[in-house]
Amino acid sequence: MRGPGGVGAWPGAALGLAFSVLEAPMRALQRLLGVPRIGWVFLAPNLVVLGLFTFLPIAIDFHYAFTGGAQLLPAERPYVGAENFATLFECTNHLDPSTCRKDLFWRAVYNTAAFAVLQVASMVLFSLVTALVLNRRIVGRGFFRGVFFYPVLLSPVVVALIWKWILQREGVLNALLQAAGGTGAEWLNTGGWAFSWVVVVSIWAHMGFYTLILLAGLQAIPSELYEAAEMDHASPWRRFSRITLPLLMPSLLIVTVLALIRAVQVFDEVFVLTGGGPGSATLFVVQFIYQTAFAESIRLYGIAAAASLVLAAALLVLTLAQLRVSRRSAEGASGGRDA
Amino acid sequence: MPSLRTLLTATRGRGRFDWTDWFTYAYLALGVVLMFGPVVWLVLSSFKTAAALNEFPPRLLPYGQKSVSIADRADPAPVFRVRLPDGTVREMAELRRIGIQATMVDPARPDDPVRVNIRDREPVRELHVATENYTRIFGQFDFARFLWNSVFITVIATIITLLFNAMAAFALSKYRFRGRKAAFLVILATLMIPPTIILVPNFLVASTLGLLNSPWGVIWPAVATPTGVFLLRQYMLTIPDELIDAARMDHASEWRIFWRIVLPLSAPALAVLAIFSVMWRWNDFLWPLVVLSKTETFTLQLALNAFQGELTTQWHYLLAMTVMTLLPVTVVFALLQRYITAGIASAGVK
Repeated sequence: MRGPGGVGAWPGAALGLAFSVLEAPMRALQRLLGVPRIGWVFLAPNLVVLGLFTFLPIAIDFHYAFTGGAQLLPAERPYVGAENFATLFECTNHLDPSTCRKDLFWRAVYNTAAFAVLQVASMVLFSLVTALVLNRRIVGRGFFRGVFFYPVLLSPVVVALIWKWILQREGVLNALLQAAGGTGAEWLNTGGWAFSWVVVVSIWAHMGFYTLILLAGLQAIPSELYEAAEMDHASPWRRFSRITLPLLMPSLLIVTVLALIRAVQVFDEVFVLTGGGPGSATLFVVQFIYQTAFAESIRLYGIAAAASLVLAAALLVLTLAQLRVSRRSAEGASGGRDA
Repeated sequence: MPSLRTLLTATRGRGRFDWTDWFTYAYLALGVVLMFGPVVWLVLSSFKTAAALNEFPPRLLPYGQKSVSIADRADPAPVFRVRLPDGTVREMAELRRIGIQATMVDPARPDDPVRVNIRDREPVRELHVATENYTRIFGQFDFARFLWNSVFITVIATIITLLFNAMAAFALSKYRFRGRKAAFLVILATLMIPPTIILVPNFLVASTLGLLNSPWGVIWPAVATPTGVFLLRQYMLTIPDELIDAARMDHASEWRIFWRIVLPLSAPALAVLAIFSVMWRWNDFLWPLVVLSKTETFTLQLALNAFQGELTTQWHYLLAMTVMTLLPVTVVFALLQRYITAGIASAGVK
């Protein structure tokens, strides 16, 4: 190792310079504060950044949500009480978005709910099957694991463009369908199809991540259990339902909640793939927030912030569920180890 | 090939290739096609000319019309297979075309043109790798600038991320001061605040700090990551305190201990965080979309997004740009797959 991070000569010199520039002030601070309290100095950059770009924004979020107008500066915004929330929730019939004052918000809410349920359910299922397959004694496991994981690393824009190219009217999918005797379709220009493809594409892009977590869970199951089952001539199905599934349940629950938290925030791929369309068929809550705050001629920051807080409430519920689930699974795991 | 055969039929140790093994390999084969196929199709398509991309149904490999250069002409002329009035079929180059009449010539004898109805000819195709898609995006679209913006943000943000997070992790793992636990909790709590819900107020903060339309507007909010602090802290806890105590005996300053001892020893964890940080920043989309609105400040991702809205007909450039954008991530993944998957499996971060 040639220096911090094993870097070469030139970056090494740059790092040396950075070290000496900062050494004198840090030495002075150390003399001023004493040894344990210098810890705060080491923490400071992180805390300042988090304070400015995470905690302060939460406070401003509340301020925006209860003030109106299109001004960006908090001081210039008139207090309106809960009006923004009232506007968002004003509906004659909450089940029918077209009767709502902010009909797009409700369409986005229903789309997001439908997306989350469909995408998470199918993705967890596919991830489970893939993890089970990858956990078998197979040739080239590392390669196959990489194959399923690779799309996770692609940027959402790239993912969307790859599929846009495949799904376009004169794209390869329609060509293959016609060659097979079927008929193509305008996949991204018909509401139902666009929604289905958004689900498919997001499963394609993200399932590798969850597969990896489930695979780690599978590999943590002690192999003695399977050996014992084999002695007893237990059928493969029985081995799966009596050993694999119960012991994998904690990982499955964590994966489900994690996937739900992400699904509720779906935005990037869809925004590039369909732009929320056709109409509002693939409009989701985050895109509604983005459009309300940044893409309209009158920027309604208050409405957008109120919608953010509604989203935050949903995410808070999911996060608490996650904490509960992971605490229980941690207890379960340690209990299992003791036994 | 007995060895290959035993390799392929290796099963769960019972020496028998049962239906579950068939299912396994069928599933994996299908997986390769479904997961890699779309990317391979993108790459193949990116080497096609605009004309080849307009063909329907598309061909698998990039074919283009053959062309030859003829004496006295600047541009190469497209080649057609022509059915002449006497019934013979010859490959001829097109000199010019007016309406349905084309003037064709045998490339070997350029002084002997023939007039042909365009119904009596069809283009001659050959394998043609359109590398010009790649070379031209640099000249025509300021691609180099977007590439530079992305590289700048990724590299600088990663360096600062490593430094800030390592400093915080050092403080949290090697010092006992009042409020240490609280500070750690505060940092971890930000894991539960998804960036999507603070999008609007963050825009205000960035605009107040004068960070709009600047790469620093993307860099600063990203450099404090709870996952990074957590990852590094767990690793630094394994570094023996005796090393640090020994250095203190030698009157090394705390900063020197951090820089010369703890940082080099944390290299493996720093490497994992560096990989993640590079991926995160390179692929960032929503926040840059909000902060960067001037075209010249766009990252590659934003430029791609803007182009796909504008030049729907210019797929040959768009595809080449997309390939250029996924290339670095693919190379990093191919080289470091083991570390990435191990890092994710252990930390559960993405």
